[in-house]
Amino acid sequence: MDIDVKKVAMLARIRLTDSEADELGPQLGSILGYIEKLSEVNTDGVMPTAHPHDAAMPLRANIVTNSNRREALQAVAPNVLSGLYVVPKVIE
Amino acid sequence: MPFSTLSDIQSRLNGGEITAVEVAQLYLDRIEAHNESLNAFVYMDRAHVIAQAEASDAYRAQHEPRLLEGLPIAVKDIFCTQDGPTRCCSSILEGFDAPYDAHVITRLKEAGAVLVGKTNMDEFAMGSSTETSAFGVCRNPWDVSRIPGGSSGGSASAVAAALTPAALGTDTGGSIRQPASLCGITGLKPTYGRVSRRGIIAFASSLDQAGPMTRSVRDAAMLTEAMVGHDAGDATSVADAPIVSWLAACDKTDMKGLKIGKPKEYFVDGMDAGVRAEVEAALKQCEALGAEIVDISLPHTEYAVAAYYVIAPSEASANLSRYDGVRFGHRCDAPDDLLDMYTRSRDEGFGTEVKRRILTGAYALSSGYYDAYYLKAQKVRTLIQQDFMQAFEQVDIIATPTSPVTAFQVGEKTDDPLTMYLSDIFTLAVNLAGLPGLSQPCGMTAGLPVGLQWIAPAWREDLLLNAASAYESATAWSDLAPEAFAVKGDKV
Repeated sequence: MDIDVKKVAMLARIRLTDSEADELGPQLGSILGYIEKLSEVNTDGVMPTAHPHDAAMPLRANIVTNSNRREALQAVAPNVLSGLYVVPKVIE
Repeated sequence: MPFSTLSDIQSRLNGGEITAVEVAQLYLDRIEAHNESLNAFVYMDRAHVIAQAEASDAYRAQHEPRLLEGLPIAVKDIFCTQDGPTRCCSSILEGFDAPYDAHVITRLKEAGAVLVGKTNMDEFAMGSSTETSAFGVCRNPWDVSRIPGGSSGGSASAVAAALTPAALGTDTGGSIRQPASLCGITGLKPTYGRVSRRGIIAFASSLDQAGPMTRSVRDAAMLTEAMVGHDAGDATSVADAPIVSWLAACDKTDMKGLKIGKPKEYFVDGMDAGVRAEVEAALKQCEALGAEIVDISLPHTEYAVAAYYVIAPSEASANLSRYDGVRFGHRCDAPDDLLDMYTRSRDEGFGTEVKRRILTGAYALSSGYYDAYYLKAQKVRTLIQQDFMQAFEQVDIIATPTSPVTAFQVGEKTDDPLTMYLSDIFTLAVNLAGLPGLSQPCGMTAGLPVGLQWIAPAWREDLLLNAASAYESATAWSDLAPEAFAVKGDKV
C-alpha cells in the first residue's frame, strides 16, 4: 500500500523529518496492508462494539466535586503567566 | 527471603519476625545490586521507600494491619504517582511530576503498601518487548540477552529476579500476561471496568486495564482485592461489578467437574514446538486433577490482530493528542507559530513506535477511511466477543498458551513492526472482549519459561483463580528462580 505519510502526519500534528517519513511510510503501508485482512470477514448485520460489556455510560449528579487546583495543575506546564497558558501568537 | 511470596512476607510481618523496614531494605539492596544488568526500575528513591516502611511499622504498632501492610510493591511508570516522576517511559514527559495519584495508587497507599519505585515499560505501553522505552532496553533475568516481554517488562523482570515481591502492570493487548509468561511469573488482567483507569496514562481506553504481577496466584488475588472497586472518577469503572471472594478462590486444589475449553486456533503450526509441548503437558496435568478438556473453536481469532491494530492505534491517536506542548510535557524551543509548536514538540517528544501507532490511528480515522477501518474493526470485535460467549456455553473456562514463543533476543523483532505485533496473537482477543485473563508459569523450554493463559467469562476472576491455584498446587513451576539472581540457601 502506498501512503502519503507526511499528509497523515500533518493530520496527527507530527512533523516528520524526511528520513523518518522514508522509514515510516513503507512500514505504515505494510501494517495497513495486513489490516486489509478484515475485509475477508462478512459483517453484514453485525453491530459495531461501542463498549466491551455493551453497557451505557453512567450519568453523574450535576454537582461540583472538584476543587480549584490551578497552581498544582499548572506547575507542570511549559509556560504560564498569571494563571494562563502562554503559546505563540495566534491572532495578528 | 527475596523469592518469597507476598503472603509469606505478610505472615512473617504479622508474626513479628521481621519489620517492614527490614523487608524494604532487603529489596532496595537487591535493586541496587541487580538493576544495572536488568534495567527493570527507572526510578527509585531509597529514603522515601524507607520512610513509607517506617510509617507502616508505626501504624502496625498501633492498629490492626491493613490489607497490604508493609508489603513492597513496584508500579509501572504508567501510573501517576506523587512519589516522584511519572514518565510513561517517554521523552515527551520529561520533568513531569503528576499532580495527583492514580486511583489504584491511592488504594494501595490506603492498604498500607510500600511503593518501591517505577518500573520500565515500552513508551506509552506500545510494544511487546520493553525495547521502546526512553530509559533503554529492559532485560529478562532468565537470560539477559533476551527481552522480558512487554509492555510491562520492567515489572515482570523485577518480580522474576526478586527485586520486589510484586508489581503492578497494565494490559491493553497482553501487556501484563505476555511479560509474565516470558519471565516465568503470574499476571492477572481483570475484567474491563473492574479496576479504575483514573490516573493511568491512557493508551487505548476501551482496552486498558491494570492488574498485578506476582510470584503466586494467591498474591495476584491479594493485590487485585486491594486494587478493585468503583471509582466515580472513571466513567467506565463499573459500579455494580459482581463481587469475588479473592482469597477464598485460591483455596482450590483440584479441578473436579471443571470443563476446560481448548481452542484449536491457539494450537497452530508456526508456534514454538517447545511452548506447545509444555502447554499440552499442562492440560494433561489438569485432566489428572479432574478437569475435562473440551476441544472448542474461536473462529474469528485470526482477525484479532488486525482488529486490534485498528482499534488500539485509533484510540491512542485520540488519547495522545493531549501532548501538544501547552499544558504539560515537552515543548520545542522557539516555535514559529502554534502549528510549528505542536508538530515539532510531538516529533521531538515521541519515539518511533509511538509515532507509528499514532499515524496508523490517524489514517484509520481519517475522512473516507473510517468505515473501512475503524467501523469494520469494531464489527469484527463484536464477532470475536460472540465467539467467546458461544464457547462459554460449552465450557467453564478456556486454556491457551499465553505467547506463541518464549523470550526472544534483544533487537530480534525491532526491524519489522508487524512481526512484533504478531507476538501478541494469543492475548489480544481477551482485551477486545473485555474478559479477565491470567498467565501462570507452566514449564520451561530451552531454559526459558512458558506461560499458560486462563480466560474466563466477564467478572469470573474466581474461575481463573480456582483453576490457576489448583494447577499451581500440583506443580512447582512458580517456585523456580533464575539462577543468576538467586540467593544461596533460598529456594530455587
